[in-house]
Amino acid sequence: MKNLLFNLFFLSFTAFLVFCFNSCNKSGGNEILIGEYASLTGSEATFGQSSHNGLELAIEEINKNGGILGRQLKLITEDNQGKPSETQTVVQKLINRDKVIAVIGEVASSRSKAGAPICQSSKIPMITPASTNPEVTSIGDYIFRICFIDPFQATVMSKFALNSMKVKKVAVLIDQKNAYSTGLADNFRKVFTEMGGEIVEEQKYSAGDKDFKAQLTAIKAKNPEAIFIPGYYTDVNLISIQAREIGLTCPLFGSDGWESEKLTEGKAKDALEGCFFSTHVSADDPSPIVQNFIKKYQEKYKSKPDAMAFLAYDAGLILSEAIKRAGDTNGEKIKNELGKIKDFQGVTGLITINDQRNAVKPAVVLEIKDGKFVYKETIAP
Amino acid sequence: MSEFIQQLINGLSLGSIYALIALGYTMVYGILKFINFAHGEIFMLGAFSGFYLSRTLGVDQPDIVMALVILVFTMCITSAIGVIIEKLAYKPLRNSSKLTVLITAIGVSLFLQYSGQLIFGADPKSFPTIIENIGFNIFGATIGSNQIVVLISALLLMLVLRFIVKNTKMGIAIRAVSNNLTAASLMGININNVISFTFVIGSSLAGAAGILYSINYPSIDPLMGLLPGLKAFIAAVLGGIGNFPGASVGGLIIGLVETFTVGYISPTYRDAIAFAILIIILLVKPTGLFGKKEIEKV
Repeated sequence: MKNLLFNLFFLSFTAFLVFCFNSCNKSGGNEILIGEYASLTGSEATFGQSSHNGLELAIEEINKNGGILGRQLKLITEDNQGKPSETQTVVQKLINRDKVIAVIGEVASSRSKAGAPICQSSKIPMITPASTNPEVTSIGDYIFRICFIDPFQATVMSKFALNSMKVKKVAVLIDQKNAYSTGLADNFRKVFTEMGGEIVEEQKYSAGDKDFKAQLTAIKAKNPEAIFIPGYYTDVNLISIQAREIGLTCPLFGSDGWESEKLTEGKAKDALEGCFFSTHVSADDPSPIVQNFIKKYQEKYKSKPDAMAFLAYDAGLILSEAIKRAGDTNGEKIKNELGKIKDFQGVTGLITINDQRNAVKPAVVLEIKDGKFVYKETIAP
Repeated sequence: MSEFIQQLINGLSLGSIYALIALGYTMVYGILKFINFAHGEIFMLGAFSGFYLSRTLGVDQPDIVMALVILVFTMCITSAIGVIIEKLAYKPLRNSSKLTVLITAIGVSLFLQYSGQLIFGADPKSFPTIIENIGFNIFGATIGSNQIVVLISALLLMLVLRFIVKNTKMGIAIRAVSNNLTAASLMGININNVISFTFVIGSSLAGAAGILYSINYPSIDPLMGLLPGLKAFIAAVLGGIGNFPGASVGGLIIGLVETFTVGYISPTYRDAIAFAILIIILLVKPTGLFGKKEIEKV
């Protein structure tokens, strides 16, 4: 019996070793491996799917044009199911098992914050396409972003609320579990009151809640002129429906977390009519580089790209540009080149990376009309 | 005042859904003396069956007749699923220890959640509008017609259940089996039929709850059954597990407490408050509000 057990143990150990060798050999090819972690499933699944599509398109194009440094790029994508805990596992796997030279991810700030420390300690450059929380890039000098940050987005929406929507009394509804939402709300509160607005009520929810009527009823009692909801589209969809159900008729406005075709699904199509949100790019932009991207994207994926797809595409281009300039796949060299990116023409405009490794660029405000997102105005930094 | 009334209605319509789910927990516990943790997933399957039925029937406009058809069909589908689960997973374990069955129930629950993710997809889906929503103004509070629909349907279903349990032969059999399974079988009651029937009733109520919940909160996903399931379980314990009126009252209490906590104290405690109630009730009155202490005879 003892012998059998020992044999079994020995067998499984050899199997394990063989398995290890196999997986090590895989990374020894001539391709440049790039890792991506994204929420391909979970409640913000469209974020992950769009950014994955955008990145895939960028990599495909680079490969079609001969790759970089004479080598083809290969994208290894891992699904974190929209969970911070899962994010750590998949980023570890990308870096330690797949040996990627750089990592792209995530859209959601709380998940980027989970992945960033691992990239930083392994000295692997990470680019987040769309995480706007300022703390993400302060994790370390290997963490970059190619989108604007929340203080700027909060300023944009404060200006927009006061000047264009002409509202002064605003209520705020915050997703308390989410770094993106709380950060944005803090900045909005500060800027909006400084500019002369008044916050009449603040309520909180947790992402994934289905019932928001209690919070909305409390907000309704304060009679706000508009409600600022810095949250993600799944929750905003339900919030808007329930707000109208309990008789809250004032406009809602929010941030780039709203951008998804699923925002206006079902009854929310009517509930969100005439509401606004800020984001990175508008598909209505007539410039050829934007329209060209939209055309290519539609050919491949049969759907319209959203901001996450635009940003991830730019993230792919900027990363390959940095690798090209570094002339090497060494993490430190790529990191240095990423920091020097200036006036890079991407599909989301001219991108310059500043000292804090953040991108400086304008924001656009979109209006929801008949379930579609229509360009309203651009607000410069 | 208008805010209070609005919160009250919010709480009641949420609570009546918890009550419907809690009834299923209580019925199965009354007969088999184990907690069917897969019950929350039956609720989820009810919502998805409603989603796919309305799609196949082509319901895109609110239609009260179609809504009823969907409700009835969903109740049939979920009761069939409930019976299948009972036959496949629980029946072979009828004579094993209660712990084995309990662990199996958790296994079935996880199996359904993750197969749901595989089959339906993990991203939330938007439930179609099957009932017109008109806002009524009562004392300054706006009450949606679907909140009223949910309340009335839940009450009706509970009355039907009460009638079945009190006045039909099957109901008497259910009560006899829940009183003493062995004695009931000695009196010529077909235990297997009674157990299947219990699962039919419990699962159809959970299916109906799934539809009513989705009418009120039209975003459904495969993991949606988890929290309402747990809260309904707490409601059943609060009312005294195994006790029918207890489950209904427990559900309403949990719904109201939850809504008032969010509205007047802090949304942070939304889920905590339900579990705090569970702990308190287990410490102070483990038999629940309506539960009777059973004397163990040797």
